[in-house]
Amino acid sequence: MRVTLTINGQQRSDEVEDRMLLVHYLRDVAQLTGTHVGCETSLCGACTILLNGKAVKSCTVLAVQANGVQITTVEGLAKNGELHPVQEGFWEEHGLQCGFCTPGMLMLTVDLLDRNPDPNEAEIRHALDGNLCRCTGYQHIINAVQYAARKMRGAPRRTA
Amino acid sequence: MYPASFQYHRAASVKEALGMLQQFGEDAKLLSGGHSLLPMMKLRLAQPAHLVDIGGIADLASIREEGGRIVIGGATIHDQVASSNVVRSKLGLLAECAAAIGDIQVRNRGTLGGSLAHSDPAADYPAGVLALEGEIKLEGGSGSRTVKAQDFFVDLMTTAIKPGEILTSASFTPHPARTGYIYLKHRQPASGFAVVGVAAMVTLDAKGNCERVRVGITGLGPKAFRAAAVESALAGKKPEAATIGQAASHAADGIDALSDIHASAEFRSELARVYTRRAIQQAISRIKT
Amino acid sequence: MAAVVVPKFVGTRVKRREDPRLISGNGTYVDDVRLPGMLSAVILRSPYGHAKINSINVDAARKLPGVVAVLTGEDLKGKVGTLTTAAPAEHVPYHPPLAQGRVRFVGEAVVVAVATDAYKAQDALDLVEIDYDPLPVITDPEKALEPGAPIIHEEFGTNISTRAQVASGEIDGAMRAADRVIKFRLVNQRLAPVPMETRGTVAQWNQGSGHLTLWASTQGPHLLRSYLAEILKLPENRMRVIAPEVGGGFGAKLNVYAEEVLTAYLAMTLRQPVKWIERRRENLAATTHGRDMIVYVEAPVKNDGTLLGLKARFICDAGAYLQLLTPMIPGFAGMMMTGCYKVPAMAFEQLVVFTNKMAPDAYRGAGRPEACYIAERTMDMIATELNLDPAEVRRKNFIPKEAFPAQIPSGLVYDSGDYATALDKALKNIDYQKVRAEQAEARKQGRYLGIGLCSYVEICGIGPSAMLPPTMKGGGWESATIRMEPDCKVTVLTGVSPHGQGQETSFAQMVADDLGIGIDDINVVHGDTAIVQYGTGTFGSRGTSVGGAALMMATQKLQAKMKKIASTMMEVPPDQIVFHQGTLALASDLTKSIPMQRVVDGAYGYKVPIPGVEPGLNESAFYEPIACTFPFGTHACVVEVDPDTGVVKFLRYVAVDDCGRVINPLLVEGQVHGGIAQGIAQALYEEVIYDENGQLLTATLMDYAVPKAEMLPHYELDSTVTPSPINPLGVKGVGEAGTIGSTPCVVNAVHDALKPLGIKNLDMPLKPERIWRAIKSARKA
Repeated sequence: MRVTLTINGQQRSDEVEDRMLLVHYLRDVAQLTGTHVGCETSLCGACTILLNGKAVKSCTVLAVQANGVQITTVEGLAKNGELHPVQEGFWEEHGLQCGFCTPGMLMLTVDLLDRNPDPNEAEIRHALDGNLCRCTGYQHIINAVQYAARKMRGAPRRTA
Repeated sequence: MYPASFQYHRAASVKEALGMLQQFGEDAKLLSGGHSLLPMMKLRLAQPAHLVDIGGIADLASIREEGGRIVIGGATIHDQVASSNVVRSKLGLLAECAAAIGDIQVRNRGTLGGSLAHSDPAADYPAGVLALEGEIKLEGGSGSRTVKAQDFFVDLMTTAIKPGEILTSASFTPHPARTGYIYLKHRQPASGFAVVGVAAMVTLDAKGNCERVRVGITGLGPKAFRAAAVESALAGKKPEAATIGQAASHAADGIDALSDIHASAEFRSELARVYTRRAIQQAISRIKT
Repeated sequence: MAAVVVPKFVGTRVKRREDPRLISGNGTYVDDVRLPGMLSAVILRSPYGHAKINSINVDAARKLPGVVAVLTGEDLKGKVGTLTTAAPAEHVPYHPPLAQGRVRFVGEAVVVAVATDAYKAQDALDLVEIDYDPLPVITDPEKALEPGAPIIHEEFGTNISTRAQVASGEIDGAMRAADRVIKFRLVNQRLAPVPMETRGTVAQWNQGSGHLTLWASTQGPHLLRSYLAEILKLPENRMRVIAPEVGGGFGAKLNVYAEEVLTAYLAMTLRQPVKWIERRRENLAATTHGRDMIVYVEAPVKNDGTLLGLKARFICDAGAYLQLLTPMIPGFAGMMMTGCYKVPAMAFEQLVVFTNKMAPDAYRGAGRPEACYIAERTMDMIATELNLDPAEVRRKNFIPKEAFPAQIPSGLVYDSGDYATALDKALKNIDYQKVRAEQAEARKQGRYLGIGLCSYVEICGIGPSAMLPPTMKGGGWESATIRMEPDCKVTVLTGVSPHGQGQETSFAQMVADDLGIGIDDINVVHGDTAIVQYGTGTFGSRGTSVGGAALMMATQKLQAKMKKIASTMMEVPPDQIVFHQGTLALASDLTKSIPMQRVVDGAYGYKVPIPGVEPGLNESAFYEPIACTFPFGTHACVVEVDPDTGVVKFLRYVAVDDCGRVINPLLVEGQVHGGIAQGIAQALYEEVIYDENGQLLTATLMDYAVPKAEMLPHYELDSTVTPSPINPLGVKGVGEAGTIGSTPCVVNAVHDALKPLGIKNLDMPLKPERIWRAIKSARKA
């Protein structure tokens, strides 16, 4: 079946097998390998992307279901060579080690800060329920989210 | 991680979807948010030959008030239910159940209809839908019918939905005055599903006695259920700690409790009693008088 | 070159140089490798814990369009060798990459299908028919020792793979001299490492040149190359192993696995690149596990709390086959079990036992968490039995700081330490007296507050090489090359293979300070055997203490050469020259300097020959440690147990860690945080569970509980700094410390909470039901 959609502002259209998962479409067809696969059970969040602005697990969406949608992947976060505040936060606060969960963490954070521009530690921990990290013990990730929140509150609001 | 082959069909209307279901028969499965079905398909535990996608039918993804009831379309995502002003203000218990499901990403994609139709014994929604005495609307080739929540959940992952039917909406009576509610959940640490989840709703009469108590419990048995013995033990009574404790001690009565690596039947039953007691207490403490 | 103002980098919170690519989706992990004509391999695994394979029918699978090959163990007979263990063991089973005739654990690889994509390869596997005859299964290592137990490898006639006995001092005398002997059984449950990136490999064979290139998610590309060369019978100089970005390892990727052999073999025979990416279910079933030891402890003590000795019997689960280090890990547990304490006598016996499960191997801490668990549970047992304060029992038994270097009964020599200071700091930070008072108050109200302590010491940077078994490739040493390029930019090639630890940053910090240049002028390269000189790899918290020391040595060689060149240019002796702000300057007068570029031009241009100095600026060093380093610290936490549900809630978590000199405090914090999380996970949440039929019940992340952010506390970190005299950097290592210190801390806290009920010894993980049951039966009694 043909799927036509917009990824990081670029429209594209491809013929795909009906059964292809969106994450495989992004990685293997669109060649955007920043979105990762970490589990088989829709749990780890490494494959999180924004679908029409909302964080979703791209391993649990069929590519054909994404027809007509707007997708943002980690590759689309930075604009004009300038890091998104969320990316900046993760860098500044050492919010990543091996980096594998990071793209999913970043995309989830964009959605979180869209809902709640000033989350406290407990709210951030709760919001991270769908994203596993095995390296950081999460504390620096929490700092990173708060860094981004501060920056985004102070700076003019940007959308992903 | 790699589903078996199938044919995907996008339905533009409920009518078209019903036609597809009729055409493909038992080889077809409905796809809405996909958060119950696709995980099974990725592990090849489900291998339908046809998927009928009803996720794009706008009518199915709406929340509206109709004849004094709140009607929620089957394809309404959890996040929409959890954050809807109407649901939060008039049907807060359902909003709490929706907010307790999975995680942000799952709530952005999973749907009310998908969750209810899948009827996972550890899902959060059924507890609330039962406590709220919701009514579930099913549409089939020969028209529509409404099933009470009580009658909807039949057994382990089995519902009253007949082949060829689509769950199009669920409707609820708003919370009456002097009502408090809460959904309390003992999370399975890995999956986030409910080891036990208790949805409690208590309405007090003018004297402060329990006028109406509703308790829906998920996770404990093969299907979610209304804890009738708990409800009746409190009816008309003054909600004192001892009375509540006594009532809650019946939470697992007559239930063939599930047992797995996360909780034995015995522990699950105890959790049901403890969480029921706490849920009722907290529901009452939230009542605005 | 204009003079630049270069800040000092070592000791500061430099943000990571790895991150820009990783936060923008530009990292290349193994699954991101794309090659023309690349095929996908998917593996069919045993659904039985133990079974005879009667027949395998792959005919239908081979005929499926898009399928290129379907292989079974029979197809590989005589073509590839057995997988291997580097550790000495009496009985080492034959371990083919695909099962031959028998399967011995759920998840053992049986058939591999190769197709144009993974979906089609999976379709092919759905068509494979296998006729199995189930055999008796044994999953409990203690039962595997009983007479009449099913024998997993019949050729050995026993389920014991290997046995070790170590004794030192008069343990029998200690038992006699004791006022009492405290005896208990500890279980260090089986864990799954679960790096967020599963394993994966891509193999490419160049038929023309006979070169194999293998991308693998590994912690030790050179070790992997050496072992694969043996198994595949290829020369190492025609093999290139690349560790691209590696999404976490935690010990599980320090191994040689069936799939690495398979993809290489498939690429060589199919003459097309082959990719295999592990699915999470495979990762939980067929990537090495960790821990899984049962320990019977006997602790002779005086009534004042003095520990006179320690005796332990270990039953260590080896799984069905031995992976690279499976029989070696328990040794560290035994050698380190006396912890921070002066213990005059010790003795242990270890049995490494086959069962129908996946093999355990190195997992973050690898033997030291088990050791620390013994020592620290012993301390609390003593405190409980003798009604003493657990902090005082520790203090009484600590090896005093005057005693370092201190030899412990196992023969290891602790390099440096100050255990009491770390304990005092942790007690102060958690406000020990105050929380004890709060606990007393809470108990009056029927609340169960617990305070846990753990004073740990661990062993890092295993060396000298003679400490490792002769059969192990690589050594305790590490390598580094430093190259000043003609444009005055520096390339560092390190033999360690970081995968999140951040040495691209910390090593650049070191070099920047040594050469007086900016950090952005340094590029740290690792993880490619065609580029980097042989190295041992990243494990055992050795990256900085051993790899960093090698880099320091190489840098000193480079400095010496550059000073010699500068000396002829400046006409001053080399020993009066220093590196300063992009120049080589006279130590006594920094204004008398020449730009570094001039020295570099001299070395590369070489228009004016310099007597005794070769052209070029490229220096290598191999650093062999003279001994191990021993980081230490004290963790303390406060928990509250809900007696109705058994749920444990954290109120505080305080850690004081001493990893010697710190290169980058930000990275050290990150390591400690992650370590604590994994240690807490063992204490409260994680456990690999097989049922008695050998079925894996924790087969997906829906059942294996890797902690989420909400399940972990806020960590309050602090440190002491006791430099190691062992290596020139004074560093000790920090990769595993958090994991080692946190597990006993939390377990002790929960037991402390339950003390009023007389509950003394619950096994991990302390899941709600276990605690609830203990409370229930205690209340009954």
